[in-house]
Amino acid sequence: MTGLKYLLFLGCAIPYRVSSYEISTRKVAEKMGIELVDMPEYNCCGLPLDPVSHDIMLALAARNLCVAEQQGLNIMTLCPGCAGTLRKVNKMLKEDKKLRELVNGYLKEVGSEFKGTIEVKHLIQVLAEDVGFDRIKEAVQKPLSSLRVSEHNGCHVLRPVKYIGFDDPENPIMLKRLIEATGAQCLDYLDETECCGAPISGVNEKIPLELARDKLNHIKAVGAQAMITICPFCHMMFDTNQSRIERMFNETFFIPVLHYPQLLGLAMGFSPDELALKELRVDASKIIDTSIAHNMRTSEK
Amino acid sequence: MSEKKESPTEETQERMVIKPSDIDPRFKYEISKVPGAENIMLCFQCGTCTADCPIARFSDSYRPRRLLRMTQLGLKNQVLSSDVIWLCAACFTCVDHCPQDVEIAGVLRTLRNLAVKEGFMPTVFKELTSNLLQTGLAYKIPESRLRRRRETGLPPLPESNLESVNKLADVTGFLKLIQARRD
Repeated sequence: MTGLKYLLFLGCAIPYRVSSYEISTRKVAEKMGIELVDMPEYNCCGLPLDPVSHDIMLALAARNLCVAEQQGLNIMTLCPGCAGTLRKVNKMLKEDKKLRELVNGYLKEVGSEFKGTIEVKHLIQVLAEDVGFDRIKEAVQKPLSSLRVSEHNGCHVLRPVKYIGFDDPENPIMLKRLIEATGAQCLDYLDETECCGAPISGVNEKIPLELARDKLNHIKAVGAQAMITICPFCHMMFDTNQSRIERMFNETFFIPVLHYPQLLGLAMGFSPDELALKELRVDASKIIDTSIAHNMRTSEK
Repeated sequence: MSEKKESPTEETQERMVIKPSDIDPRFKYEISKVPGAENIMLCFQCGTCTADCPIARFSDSYRPRRLLRMTQLGLKNQVLSSDVIWLCAACFTCVDHCPQDVEIAGVLRTLRNLAVKEGFMPTVFKELTSNLLQTGLAYKIPESRLRRRRETGLPPLPESNLESVNKLADVTGFLKLIQARRD
């Protein structure tokens, strides 16, 4: 368990508007003994531009991989979009000689070369595979055993199987197990693996909101007190847009949406302020109070 | 971009009136040469992609199966000029479920790339592109956010290597592609 060290790839969406995810990750990682080195000179992973030009996506992703190769460190990302893209391109370039030649031709112009010496993982993959569930359970000081939540995996952490190869996209269990390691109960719900719709928000506002509404309804139906996400875009759909969805469809949800490291951080004993829970649009103080009160009762006994 | 409602009559008309002049028989070969879209010809129209598509559930017009068939038939102009090809959310459910191993999301991406070459590109991509060339990231991080990073004790955001990003945009032909779109 010693010497876990990664290059932290922040991507675009997290510094743009989801800093609570970054703040809580850094807190949790430090206490877990995961050393995070801010990746220097990184650029967009490439995914947002893939619809315009596949070649610029490949070149941008490959350049990021080269930066990590020069540093001699594996990459950890917080955004599933970045993780999926960098993992996919890393695999494609390692396996497809012709493609590697093409991309290395581009990279030569900026003094880089893809060698295929590093790996890319999303935060939850690092936690599940490298840190391990036992170590996470040991770090939990205040089990959230009174809390019932539901998870929403980011698509690109799981799919497509042939490029990603983590967990089972048809029945994902890793995030559930990570949630259960905090003591909270993770409830199943209908259409759990469905996309939040966020990627098409720029061309169609209505469909993503309808999709997010559908998922919020399914989560509400099973009685979850909160939703746990691991993606900045999914988080925007469910947290930032929740009041908008409520107004649009004349419904009420009041379901707080926490980034997984916020949930883990609470269980590890960090204060809500340290985990930037105030930055959430949907007030999470009710569920925090419930879990803290429960812990106090349990410790009194 | 607005959702196009498809009335049954419109769909029937579209189905019935395909003129030979609408068809470019080379289109499917052009598509199948692109990595990620190689298996386009293997689609046998089972409809698993559409049935499992989260977007199709809420859209009146986005039907991946239909787009695959239109592509196979060679309805190039109709496909590339369509707003509908921009509705794929790239969740990759169809890719995992396709029994013929067609990377449907890869075909959609290929269609979009070609659409851009033909001059069709939703406004949002113009913004993302301009952000990329100016900052190295897809979004322009506002000064207030950077200030807030300092206030909350977060380390400063690493600066992108803009020279490298712009050079890559040049050598991949991206810059030229975008400049043509701006004119």
